[in-house]
This record gives sequence, structure tokens and C-alpha cells, in this order.
Amino acid sequence: MIELFRNIQVDWLGKRKLFLVISAAMMLVGLISLLHRGGFRYGVDFKGGTIVQVRFNEKPDIEKIRQLLRENGARDSQPQELARRNDVLIEFQGDQTEDASAGRNIIITALNKGYPNQFKVLSAKSIGPKVGDDLKRQAVFATLYALGGILIYLAFRFEWIYGAAAVIAVFHDVLVTLTLFSLFDREINLTVIAALLTLVGYSVNDTIVVFDRVRENLKLRPRENLERILNDSINQTFSRTILTSGLTFLTVLSLFIFGGEIINHFAFAMVVGIIFGTYSSIAIASPVVLVYTNLRSRTVPRSSSQALPAPNKAPRPKRAQPKRA
Amino acid sequence: MNKRIFRRLLVIVAVTILCLWRVTAFPGLLPSKDRIRENVKLGLDLRGGTHLVLQVVTDDAIRGETDRTIEAIRLELNKRNIVYRQLTRTESNTFQVAGLDPGKDSDFRAVLNEIFRDWDLISTSTGETNTYTVRLKPRQEQAYREQSVDQAINTIRNRIDQLGVGEVVIQKHGGPGEDEILVQLPGVDDPARVKGIIQNTAQLELKLVQSGPFASKAAAVQNYGGLLPGNLEILPSSERGSSGEEYYVVQQVASVTGRDLKGAYPSRDQNGRPAVTFNMNADGAQRLGRVTGENVGKQLAIVLDNRIQSAPRINSRITDSGIITGGPGGFSREGAQDLALVLRSGALPASIKYLDEEVVGPSLGSDSIQAGLTAAVVALISVIAFMLFYYKLSGINATVSMILNLIILFGAMAYFGAALTLPGIAGVILTIGVGIDSNVLIFERVREELRAGKTAIGAIVTSFSRVFVTLVDTHLAALISAMFLFLFGTGPIKGFAVTLFVGLISNMFTAVFVSRTLFEWELNRRRTQTLSI
Repeated sequence: MIELFRNIQVDWLGKRKLFLVISAAMMLVGLISLLHRGGFRYGVDFKGGTIVQVRFNEKPDIEKIRQLLRENGARDSQPQELARRNDVLIEFQGDQTEDASAGRNIIITALNKGYPNQFKVLSAKSIGPKVGDDLKRQAVFATLYALGGILIYLAFRFEWIYGAAAVIAVFHDVLVTLTLFSLFDREINLTVIAALLTLVGYSVNDTIVVFDRVRENLKLRPRENLERILNDSINQTFSRTILTSGLTFLTVLSLFIFGGEIINHFAFAMVVGIIFGTYSSIAIASPVVLVYTNLRSRTVPRSSSQALPAPNKAPRPKRAQPKRA
Repeated sequence: MNKRIFRRLLVIVAVTILCLWRVTAFPGLLPSKDRIRENVKLGLDLRGGTHLVLQVVTDDAIRGETDRTIEAIRLELNKRNIVYRQLTRTESNTFQVAGLDPGKDSDFRAVLNEIFRDWDLISTSTGETNTYTVRLKPRQEQAYREQSVDQAINTIRNRIDQLGVGEVVIQKHGGPGEDEILVQLPGVDDPARVKGIIQNTAQLELKLVQSGPFASKAAAVQNYGGLLPGNLEILPSSERGSSGEEYYVVQQVASVTGRDLKGAYPSRDQNGRPAVTFNMNADGAQRLGRVTGENVGKQLAIVLDNRIQSAPRINSRITDSGIITGGPGGFSREGAQDLALVLRSGALPASIKYLDEEVVGPSLGSDSIQAGLTAAVVALISVIAFMLFYYKLSGINATVSMILNLIILFGAMAYFGAALTLPGIAGVILTIGVGIDSNVLIFERVREELRAGKTAIGAIVTSFSRVFVTLVDTHLAALISAMFLFLFGTGPIKGFAVTLFVGLISNMFTAVFVSRTLFEWELNRRRTQTLSI
């Protein structure tokens, strides 16, 4: 049997202050970067504007393109060479007229002046400012609703603090990922939102696996100290956590490398998100449960401070015994 | 063989064959490449095409409704001998009757109450003469707005159908009460002509000319002592005078509109240039006859989308047909054809704005498919390689359930007719990830139980029943978030949510049911008590 981690005995909960410092430091760095850059860099999806991908017959001169665009009414445009073939991606915000197709025409007209009949438009996307605002609002609400749904589900299946801890961990992951987007000056577009939402699912997934084990252990050893149980549960599921995260990491890494430019930001969000989703299920979610429970047992004196309310209150999941097994 | 295991294997084989058949051979019996292409529907971003989001300016429709009501009320007041000085539209949903004899107050109110029930009298100022302000009821206004969006959808569909672009999607965008329309045109990567045809409101109106032409708007207003009466308006003309653009002062309310059009077809004007000839239905012909009969010698402006195309003099009573000429430059032949097409398909009830436009060329789409497929294959192979290395023979088990998961995923998408989009491919890759998680979770647990001294079959039974609880929790939580993505997300997010949703459900089946059956079958077949894991 090949085994990566066997019977590891790490005191994860004992390091909770260290974890807190690490997370706080990352968010601080992100905040500084955000302030420094003056906010996130939104894609055309969210801020409105035009994005055109053009394929030239021969390798074009990017400086010449920039000049052409600047001289022909697309002052704030940003041409960017793509690795593949002779493609150039041009972003252009324009003056946000109501008609979304104006930007595309400006760019094509400008390019035609320097490269007549030497390019074709591979894709063009124009989004009016109204749509952009709608999308931003919608994305935020979709995320909040999704989190709310998860919170309620976990509160129902475990105890509410477990749901809250999972959601706090997810919030942490989303924040840290957004932070890194700012730090690496990457653009936030619609696909990144899709990635963040997937991440929400993943991070919760990781957390549930640990909590599920906690629930099981609490039932087996009801008199045990919660900190021990949390530690043991994390250690017992640790090899699974690392294997799954590692393999999933492999899949999104291949997406990051081979998936092409369009989903590159998406893949980046997933690569980063999986690392922190794994980290937070160990370093954030469980400590939150422990700290809360300790606080509560301190304020509400109990005859036996060792016995925790969790095992009795947690709804017993139906054992999935196959009928004829 | 154990009967229970046999039955389970039968279910698995049946599901596999059904899904494979649905993807590769449906509706025939034998698999072929063409069938796969038909059954795996691709989204616009993968096959190339145009995606448009339009906004219907519903205010236009309300304005039109108000104009029609003004015309109707004018006729009614004349019929009842109720004298007034002026009848004008003051806002899109409001009109004003001024200079009414106070003695006729109750008569006027009676007209409103009897015939114009959709309207509220919102203010009355009395004095020597009375002035009434009348506004469309809010509920009615909302109904007209919604109706105009529906009507716009129908009109746009009529127009695009005549162009012969296949598999077009035209539908309301956003929730109820929204004024946006989504148009998807697969295979169209230069949408200029289509957009022109969609956007052409083709609002045809015939309006009596009061005076003109003038060289500027200011000159026109000057002609009326600096204040244009409320029942008149100034419109630009396509016919150019010596000093450039010309303007006419015309009646605000149209005598006849495109609603009364029976047909329109490309033709030629007296100079042999392309033009469009239209004719009227009975109702329109009657009205046109009346207006032209009463106004012989005056000019009648032919107005298209608030621009005067020509203003011919009325020589005699005209009833049923007219011609639209293209101004000094004339129409191109295609231009005349397109105009006839849009006039035939009916006018849009309101003008259209483009909010969002996305064009994907076919070559970019196939590049994206290539990139997505490469990523998916590399991911799948590296994961399978690892599983076989780490879990030995049990890795085969995981491989089978993962591949089956993909087969079911594509089969289910074909059954539902869901299209695969680029974010959808990302969803597929994540499905692979979820599949891995389930298998690892189970295998690690089996190892743990074996270490604890359980027999092979005992370890399998305990692990699956324990892990089942975990899987239900993780999958349900993920399904809940996928559901919210589907409900509240748009376009790409929706495509992603669909594949994730289907993938999660099929993974539940493969990870629990299929994987377990394979384990039991293996143990049963070899009658051994050891597991290769």
C-alpha cells in the first residue's frame, strides 16, 4: 500500500493563532494592493465597453496598432498581443454610449486605416453600461444567495455554528482570492465570478468532509474534549484532503495551462481557490467552531465542561444501510 | 453470480448504453460522427455566432398609444359638437385638451367615462374655458409596455425568419416586466445587416405638411412667431435643398400609419431608381382617401422613423397605395428590399437599443473547443494515472466510475437539449474533480477500516454506508449553490451551472452505486478476502 500520510498527529487547533496571523496578513497585503491600485480591475463584462479579438494575416506591430487606435477615436483602448498566432485583443471602454455596437465599429474603422483587408475579427463583445451594472449586482446576489442556502442546509444537518464556520471559511477564501487578483493585477470578469462560485462549493465540500468526521467522532467519544476531536478529525481526513485537493489542483492546473486565454482568469481563480479552500477548511473553519464553543461554555457554566452539547443536538443522519445488505 | 449484484450490474450497463446511444446514434441505431455533432449541442461561444441583447424603448409604444387616442378623441368630440381649442400630447402617457367650453364639461367627462376608460382625468383647470389633463392608467400603461415587448419579439422573429438564419433564439431577457430581448444567431459572424434589419423600426407614417421646407428648425419656428403650436411638429427631410438639410412643419398626429399597411414590395420610382411601393388595407385606404380628398393641393409627408422620405403634393384623392422613394441618393437595391421586408413584417412598436453584443467567429470557437478538449484529456489521463498508481487495482474501479460519469453527463445533456458552452467545459472538468473526491473519500475510508482489522467485505460495507452520508452532504451543498447559479446567473454562469448540476447528480450515481457494485462484484467473483487498494 502506497501511503502519503499515515497516522499523522498534528495539533492543528493549537496553531490557530498562527493561522489567524497568516490569514490576516494576506488580507492586509490585499487591502494595501487594492488601495494602491484604486480598486479591482473589472473586465468589460462589468464596466461596459468593447472587447475585440482580431487575427492578422501577418504579425502586426503592436505599437502601430496602439497609435492607430489612439488617433482614430479609441483613446483609452488597450491592445494586447496574444500568444496564439497573430491575434490581438483590444479592449476599449469608449464614451459609454447607449448603443453597444459603436465601440466595435470604431476599432474596425481604425484598424482598417493601417491594415486594410489584412485582418479578420474573431470575436467582438460590446456591453452597455447598464448591462454591466446589472451583471455585477446579479453576481453578488447569486453568491450571497448561494452562501445563504449553504448556511441553512448545514445548520439543518449539523449545528448552526458549523454552518456559520463553513460560511466564514468560504468568505475567507473568496476574499483571499480576490486579494490575489488585485495583487497580480488580473481582471475580474464573468468567468472569474463563475470560478469564485465553484470555489464556494469546493471550500464548503472540504469543510463538510471534516465536520462530518467530527460529528461521527463526537458520537463515538461523547466525553472527549472538542479540541482533541477536531484535531483527530482533521488528521483522519488529512490524506483524503491532500489527495483530493492535489488531484483537483491537477485538473485546474491543466485548465490553466491548456485551456486557452479566454478561461485563463477562470483557471487562475480556481488554482488559487483550491489552495486556500483546502487551507481554510483546516485553519479557519474548525478553529471558529472551537473558539465559539469555548466561549459559550465559559459564559454558561456546565457541570462537566468536557461534555459538549454538539453530539446530542446534532441530528442523527440516517444510516445509509442498503436494504438487503 | 449473486442475484443482487447481477441486477445492479444490469442497471449500470443499461444506463451506459442508453447514454452512449443518445449521444452517438440518436435518432438512428448506429453511431456516427454526424450524429454526435447533432446531439452534443454547442453554445454560441463554441460554434461561432452572434449574441445580442436589445432593449425595447417602451416609451415609444406609449407615445404611439397616446397619439392614437388623441386621434380617436378628436373624432369623438367633433361628432358630439364639443368645441375645444387645442388637443396635444404633453408627455408620452399624457394629453391635454385646452379651451373647452365650461358648459360642455359634463359632456366631455361623459366621453371619457364612456369610451376612454383606460384613461384617468388627472387635473382640470376651470375658468373662462376649461383645460383637462388626461393620463393613461398605470396598470394599462404597464400592459402596453409588456405588450410592446411581446410585439417586438414577434416582429423581430418575422424579420429574421425571412433571412433564413437557422436555429435562432429570440426571447425575453431578464425577469417579467423587463424590456430586454435576447437574440442569438448561430453562424452569423458579421451581424451588420441583421442588426440593421432588426433595428429598423420601420414606423411608417403619413402626415399632412403644414408649411415648409425650411433651411433650419429655427427658421421653421420663426414662421410661427417663435412658438410652435402644440399640434404641430418639425421633422427633418431626406430630400436636400440647396442649403443642406431641410425641415418641414407637419401635423403631430399621423393621418395614416404603418399599422394599416397591407403589403410592401420593392419597386422603382419614376426615375427608375429603387423604391418601395406599399398598399393599404381597407381601413387604412378609407382614412387615406378621406385625408387626401379633403386636402387636395397640399403636401403629404411620407415619414419613416421620424424622417420625411418625400413630401409629394396631393393631386387627387388617393386611396390604397403609395411609394417611398429614397431621397436624393436613392435606395440601394438591397436597401429597398430590406425596407420592404421590414415594412411587410410590421413596424416595431417602439425603437430598439443595443445593450450587449457579442460576436464569435467560427475559427475562434473551434480553437476554444480544441483548448478545452486538450485540457480535459490531459486532466483525465493524469488523474487516472495517479489513481492506478496509488490505489492499484481499485484505481480501475475509480477510472470506470469517472468515465461513466462523463458518459452520463453528456447523455443527460443530450436528453435535456442543453448546449455545451465554454464555461460548460469548465463545469465538465470540475465534474471530473468531484468524481475524484468521491472516490478518494471512499478509498481512504476503506483503507482505514482495513487497518482497523475489518474483513474486505466488511470494510466495503462500512465505508460506503459511512461515506454515503458525507457524499450526500457535500453534493447537496454543491447542488444548492449550482441551483442558485442557475436561477440568478446569466449566460455563461448558467451554462456552467447546468453542467455542474447534471455532473453532481450523475456523480452521486457513479461514485456510490457503480463503484460499490464493482467492488462487491470483484469480491464475489474471485471469492477472495483481500482487496488491492
